[in-house]
Amino acid sequence: MATDIWTALFIALLAVFVGYEVISRVPTLLHTPLMSGSNFIHGIVLVGGIVALGLATNVAEQAIGFIAVVMGAMNVTGGYVVTERILSMFDRSKKKGGAP
Amino acid sequence: MTDWIGTVIDAVYVVAVLVFILGLKALSSPETARRGILYAGVAMLIAVAVTFLSPGLSNFALIALGIGIGGLGGWYWARVVKMTAMPQMVAMFNGMGGGAAAAIAAVELLSTLSDRVTSGLSIAGAIIGSISIAGSMIAFLKLQGWMPSKAIVLPARQFVNTGVLVFGVGFGVFALWTLSAFWLLPFFVLLLVYGILLTLPIGGADMPVVISLFNALTGIAVALDGFALVNGPLGDAGYAMVIAGTLVGASGSLLTLLMAKAMNRSVSNVFFSAFGATEETGATMVGSMKPIEASDVAVMMEYAGQVIIAPGYGMAVAQAQGKVKELADILEQKGVTVKFAIHPVAGRMPGHMNVLLAEAGISYDKLFDRDEINAEFPNTDVVLVIGANDVVNPAAHRQGSPLQGMPILDVEQAKNVIVIKRGQGKGFAGIENDLFYRDNCHMLYGDAQAAVGKLVAALKK
Repeated sequence: MATDIWTALFIALLAVFVGYEVISRVPTLLHTPLMSGSNFIHGIVLVGGIVALGLATNVAEQAIGFIAVVMGAMNVTGGYVVTERILSMFDRSKKKGGAP
Repeated sequence: MTDWIGTVIDAVYVVAVLVFILGLKALSSPETARRGILYAGVAMLIAVAVTFLSPGLSNFALIALGIGIGGLGGWYWARVVKMTAMPQMVAMFNGMGGGAAAAIAAVELLSTLSDRVTSGLSIAGAIIGSISIAGSMIAFLKLQGWMPSKAIVLPARQFVNTGVLVFGVGFGVFALWTLSAFWLLPFFVLLLVYGILLTLPIGGADMPVVISLFNALTGIAVALDGFALVNGPLGDAGYAMVIAGTLVGASGSLLTLLMAKAMNRSVSNVFFSAFGATEETGATMVGSMKPIEASDVAVMMEYAGQVIIAPGYGMAVAQAQGKVKELADILEQKGVTVKFAIHPVAGRMPGHMNVLLAEAGISYDKLFDRDEINAEFPNTDVVLVIGANDVVNPAAHRQGSPLQGMPILDVEQAKNVIVIKRGQGKGFAGIENDLFYRDNCHMLYGDAQAAVGKLVAALKK
């Protein structure tokens, strides 16, 4: 039983270093997309919401699980659209004003 | 039958996590960023879809309804909102993630409050998730202007806040101790209240740090929920959450530290000092603020060799970025070199100015970081400061100033500095700006959009 948590801990340790390495040299220009993009990535919480609601057996669990799914879904789609909109502007600016 | 489905689900999660990492990596370079978010989006879609195949799930109608409401709501809202409202949108959607993490922890606690290890992890996830949603919502309200954005300081703040946190966590521990779900109610209420109290005394200009930190916190809450889930019947979803959540927690923490460093303050100073609520006393200014007319500024810029524009939150409020682009274009037509000086914490979220200027269509190779551009100010004829204050305040170089040590844009070294500002008020930090009293500095009073519009009109003549 508890070995799963230890495994998860090892994985998490490695993920810390990956998260650190991946963004350690990022230009100011991309601070917003990076933050917004990572905001989208923690939308994986929706998967947890689905599992929680899917396994819910009484009304209280269902109600709270439902809230989790709604919020998680908002996090995912909102986070994605915001990031995409921000990045699309960088693209456009490159085409318009890139060459003198 | 269920065996191979389980394998498929696992494989999809592994691939999704890999794509998340690559997507995050791609987000750190302008050329690849857009592809990165697209791939991450597809991975997320598939990960969510296969979760439906997990054995033993029920309540499908409710799940679909929830995804429909939340998904469409989030999508629609993020679509219709103006670009200038992006900081509060990021705060809002981040808060939703934190709330989801807290709610998942609540469901876990209700169903497994017999296993203290799992429940302990859920309690931890619930603490951080609750603080994240409540704090993010306050940040949202402040940024949206539905609440005053200045620091709101309640009496005996430190004492009350600490008390609320201690009692809140105490109830959680008590629930674990007694294995009684009854204590979870005051636990959640107090933690939500703590999130609100924590964010109230933080003023608008500190928002880049705050949003970034809450983003990291939500990541950590998601990871903690994941830890609690790996012991359950559908543990593989938990591993995906552990990795994605930790990834965001780590990268978000790093970004938070970068932001705080850009203000030469610690993260705890941002959160606990109620910065900006008190005004500096004792500093006396020599000289006076000298107003100037738009037509004079236009002439000055027309004959300049190089003009540097330093935008701040005032540009965002007035939505002046379109006019600023016009101004830059006209000046360039007249043979003036135009550059933009971007302070890392100008505005209300990390990289805020970059986004607005990009929206207006200004190429990002004209935008320069503080470190890149500071050496250029002495050779610059005109610096146009648009609605920025603390990030250009030379008081940062003065002993005893609250801003002391904050790395700033050294605009005062330019031959002429023009400051566009609505009135004679102080900056967010409540500190007099020495710059405004310098001999080479003139004030162009007015709303940023109107003032830049006047400059454009004068230059067109």
